[in-house]
Amino acid sequence: MNTVYAINGPVIKVKNTKDFSMREMVYVGEKKLIGEVIGVSSDFTIIQVYENTDGLKVGEQVFTTGSPMSATLGPGIISNIYDGIQRPLGDMKKLSGAFVSEGSSIPALDLQRKYDVKITVKTGDKVTAGQVYATCPETPLITHKCMIPPSIKEAEVTYTAPDGQYTVNDEVLKIKIDGEEQELSLTLCQKWAIREPRPSKRRLPISRPLITGQRIVDSILPIAKGGAAAIPGGFGTGKTMTQHQLAKWCDADIIVYIGCGERGNEMTQVLEEFSELIDPKSGRPLTDRTVLIANTSNMPVAAREASIYTGITLAEYYRDMGYHIAIMADSTSRWAEALREISGRLEEMPAEEGFPAYLPSRLSEFYERAGYVDTLGGDEGSVTIIGAVSPQGSDFSEPVTQNTKRFVRCFWALDKSLAYARHYPAINWMTSYSEYADELSDYYAENVSPDFTSVRQEISTLLVEENNLMEIVKLIGADVLPDDQKLIIETARLIRVGFLQQNAFHKDDTYVPLEKQLLMMKTILFLYHKAYEAIGKGVLISSIIKTGIFDKLIKMKYDIPNDKLEMFEGYDREIENIFAELNRETA
Amino acid sequence: MAIQYAGLSSVNGPLVCLEGVKDVGFDEIATIYLDDGTQRTGRVVQMEGDKVVLQVFEGTGGLSLENTKTVFGGKPLEIPLAEEMLGRVFNGVGKPIDGLGPVFPEKYADINGKPLNPVARSYPRNYIHTGISSIDCLMTLIRGQKLPIFSGSGLSHNKLAVQIVRQAKIADSEGKDFAVVFAAMGVQNDVADYFRRSFEESGAIERVVMFLNMSNDPIIERILTPKCALTVAEYLAFEKNMHILVIMTDIASYAEALREFSSSKGEIPGRKGYPGYLYSDLASLYERAGVIEGSTGSVTQIPILTMPNDDITHPIPDLTAYITEGQIVFDRNLDQTGIYPGLSVLLSLSRLMKDGIGEGFTRPDHPDVSNQLFSAYAKVQDARSLASVIGEDELSEIDKAYMKFGDAFEKHFLSQGFEENRSMDETLDLAWDLLCMLPTGELDRMSEKLISENYDPARAEKFMR
Repeated sequence: MNTVYAINGPVIKVKNTKDFSMREMVYVGEKKLIGEVIGVSSDFTIIQVYENTDGLKVGEQVFTTGSPMSATLGPGIISNIYDGIQRPLGDMKKLSGAFVSEGSSIPALDLQRKYDVKITVKTGDKVTAGQVYATCPETPLITHKCMIPPSIKEAEVTYTAPDGQYTVNDEVLKIKIDGEEQELSLTLCQKWAIREPRPSKRRLPISRPLITGQRIVDSILPIAKGGAAAIPGGFGTGKTMTQHQLAKWCDADIIVYIGCGERGNEMTQVLEEFSELIDPKSGRPLTDRTVLIANTSNMPVAAREASIYTGITLAEYYRDMGYHIAIMADSTSRWAEALREISGRLEEMPAEEGFPAYLPSRLSEFYERAGYVDTLGGDEGSVTIIGAVSPQGSDFSEPVTQNTKRFVRCFWALDKSLAYARHYPAINWMTSYSEYADELSDYYAENVSPDFTSVRQEISTLLVEENNLMEIVKLIGADVLPDDQKLIIETARLIRVGFLQQNAFHKDDTYVPLEKQLLMMKTILFLYHKAYEAIGKGVLISSIIKTGIFDKLIKMKYDIPNDKLEMFEGYDREIENIFAELNRETA
Repeated sequence: MAIQYAGLSSVNGPLVCLEGVKDVGFDEIATIYLDDGTQRTGRVVQMEGDKVVLQVFEGTGGLSLENTKTVFGGKPLEIPLAEEMLGRVFNGVGKPIDGLGPVFPEKYADINGKPLNPVARSYPRNYIHTGISSIDCLMTLIRGQKLPIFSGSGLSHNKLAVQIVRQAKIADSEGKDFAVVFAAMGVQNDVADYFRRSFEESGAIERVVMFLNMSNDPIIERILTPKCALTVAEYLAFEKNMHILVIMTDIASYAEALREFSSSKGEIPGRKGYPGYLYSDLASLYERAGVIEGSTGSVTQIPILTMPNDDITHPIPDLTAYITEGQIVFDRNLDQTGIYPGLSVLLSLSRLMKDGIGEGFTRPDHPDVSNQLFSAYAKVQDARSLASVIGEDELSEIDKAYMKFGDAFEKHFLSQGFEENRSMDETLDLAWDLLCMLPTGELDRMSEKLISENYDPARAEKFMR
C-alpha cells in the first residue's frame, strides 16, 4: 500500500515505491484529492495535488489510476465552465455550495443529457483516425462530431447503433482494429492526455486573418488564424478588457477562455456578459460558442498550472472537427508563477528571478500548439492563441515576457502612459509588432481592397514620423515647427484619437467591419493629402484647423453607423469643398 | 486524554520541530504547554514521515528542547463567530483584548476559508459612498470590490482610512446593515490607538470589529490576522446579510512577516527575497471579497499598503495591483503641498466602477464627467512638463487654460477637509464647474447634449480669481 510520507503545501511525497509512473493521475488520501505524479526516483515519488491539502495526514493512502491526467472530450463542453482540471463549476456549486470544497469527483460532461445522434458510418466501413462516425447538435451553433481516436490507425466497423437519442456514455459504435481480436466499443466521448498535443495530418501555411473588429489589431497589427499573440501589460493597462473584446468579436467558431490565476469577479463578468451578448452573425448568445476555464487566483495553484493544458486540449479537439478556435489565456504569467511555486516546493535550482530553468521550454510547448492544420479527418481547422502576460513591475525585460516574445509572432504591448490618458485599447503602436502582416496581405488585397496594404503602410509611416517629431516638440514646443510638420502632428493626432482609440462601450465603435476601417483610413489620408497640397500653396495650417475638419473626422467613428458606409462620400466631398475654399482665399 | 509529545527536536526562529508524531493533519493546530504553566499555540506547516514542523504564534522565546509538552487538536485554526463581535476589539488571532470577556460563539469557522466558486459569485454593481470627491467621482468604490490604497511612510493614509470608515454609507439603505471589519497588521501602538480613539469619538466603533496586531507582536499572529478578520467578514456578510467593509493595514508588514516566516522555513526565495507563493498568498486574502448569489450581503476590501521607498513596482504593490480591482495611489508631492487627500488621479483606477455608476446608481452624467476629468488632468501633466522646459509664458492658450484648470482641480476638487462629507451631487457639480474652465472643444469625451445642458463658463468664474 502506498501512503503519504511528507506534505509541503500542494506537494506530497510517497516513499519507497515503484508503482507510479511519471505524469500519472492519482487520488490522495481519504478525501481522494486529485493529484499528478511529477517526479519519480528510487526513494520518493513526488505528487502535486490539485486541491487544498489542509487536514491531510501522513500515512493516508495514495491510489494509482494507471492513466495520465486527461481531459474528457465529448458533447457538452461548449457553454460549460470548468476549473483547471475540467471539473464543471456549475455542478460543483450544486454539490457543495458557494465555496469550492475538496475531493469532489464530478464527471466533466453531463451524463444524463441525451443528444440527437446521427451515425455517419455503416457496418463494414473501413475507418481511420480522425474520421467522423457520429454527429450531434451540441449548441444551436456547434455541431459536435465524434471522431475515431487518433491512436487507432485503421479499423473496421462491426456494429452501429441506429440514429437516435444517446447520452455521452452510450455505446454507438463497435470497431475491430486490424490485427487485433478484441472488438472496441466507442461512445460519444473519448479521453486525451492534456499535456500531449493532439496530432494532425500537417500544418498549413498561415493565410487568413482572425478578424476582430478592433481597428488597431485588424488594420495595423493583424493576427492570423492559427497564429499566436501575446498581450503584455502592467496592471491597469487593460489586458483583460482587450481580451474580452477579442473574445466577444473575433470571427472564430469557438472561444476557449482560460482565466488562469485571475480575479473571481472577472470570471463572473465574462459569464454574465457572454450570456447577455448576442453574436451578430448567428443571433445567439456568445455562451453558445464559448468554453470557460476558471481557475481564479485563490484556487489551488497546481490546478492553475494544469488549466492552460486543459484549455488547449479542448481547443485542439474542436479543431480536429474542422472548427476555428481562439484561446484567450489570461494570464500566462500566473501560470509561470504556478510553475515557479511548485518548482520552489520541489527545491529545484532556480534560474532567473526564481523561475525554473525549464520555463522557456514549457512556454514554447504551449504556444507551439497553435496552428492552422489539415486535420486527420481531412478538414481544415485552426487554433489561435492569445496570451496575456502580466510583467512584474511593468518591466518587459522580465523572463516571462522575454521568453514569450521568442515564441509568438504578434506582440501587442500595452502601454501605461496610454492607459493613464484613457487611450484604449492601450496598444502601443511603436513597440508592438505583427509578423503576420506580410503573410496576410494577399488576403486583404483579395477580400477587402487591393490598396489595403499601402494605405496601412502610409498610416504607420505617419505615426512613426510623429514619434520622431515629438522628440523635438518635447524640447522646444510645437509652435516652432514648420507647417508641413505641424500637419503631420495634427494628422497623427487624428489617427490616434479618431482611429486607434476605440470605445468598447459604444454600440457602433465596439466592433468595426474591415470595410469601414479601410474607409476611415482612406478619409484620413485624403484629408492629409489635400492639406499637404494646400500648405504647399501657402495655406496656413492654423486656418485648416480652424475649419474644424480634423475634429469632425475624429468623431466619424461615432457619427457614421457601421451599416451606412456610403456616408464617407459626403466626408470626401466636404473635404474637397473646404480646400477649394481655402485655396481660393489664399490665391 | 490526547497524546502528549514531550520535548522538541529543534527550535528555529518561529518554527519548532517534533519527531515521532503520528496521525496529525496538515495545517492542524497544536497547543504547547510549558513547564512554567503557560501555553502557546502552534500550527503544522510541514510534515515528513514522523517529523512535524510547527509555527508558534506567540514566538519561541523561552522554549527549550525539554521544557514542553505538545498536544495536537485535530483540526485547523478556528475562531468563534457571533454577531456580538461588532464593537469588540481582538488581538491578531481573535482573542478579545478589550476586557469584556469572551465571545459567546454561534459557530466556529476555519480561518482559511474556502475559495469562492466563480459560478456562485454575482458581479458587483452599486457603490459605496465615501463622501470623498476624488474617490466617489474618479475611483468609485463598488460593493464586493477590493480596492487597495497605495501609500508611503508619512503620508495621510491612516487619516483617509478613518474618514472613509466614518463617512462610508450604502446609498440605498439606512446604513443599518453596514459594518466595518478593521484589521491592523504590524502597526505601531499609537497608530492603533489613533484608529481606536477616532472610531470611539465618532461613534463608529459600534459597527466596527477590530483586530489589532502591533508591530512588536509575533509575526506568526500577523500572518493570521487578516484571515481572522476576513472570516468574520464573510460570516457577517454571507450569513447575516450585512454589507461589510474590510480595512486591512498594513499589507507591507504582512508581506514582511510572510518573508520572515518563509526564510526561517528555508524556502527558496523569489523576487526580493519574498516567497515564490506571495501572489497566491495575497490572492487568498484579496479574493475573499465579493458578492455571492443567495445572499444580500457583500464583502468589500480596502487593503492599505505603504510602498517601500514609494516604489510602485516593488513586488508587494505590484502583485497586489494584479489581484485587486484597481488601486488608489497617494502622491507625495501633492501631500507635501498640503493637499489632503493627496491622491494621484492618473495612477489611481477603479476597475469595477464602469458598471456601478451612472444611470440607476449615481447620476447619468457620472461616467462622462469622470472620463473627461481623467483625460483633462492627463493633459495638465503634459502642459506642466512642457512649461518646465520652455517656461509658462511660451505656452499656447489651450495649454495655459489646462495649467489653470490643473491648479484649481487640485485645490478645490482633490483637496477637502477631514470633516467634509460631500454628497454625490456636490462632487459632480463641482467637477462640472471645473470643466467649464476649459473651452468646449476640449470636452472631447462628452456628447453635445451633455455639454449644452451643463456647459456655462460663468460656473468657472469662482476659480479664476
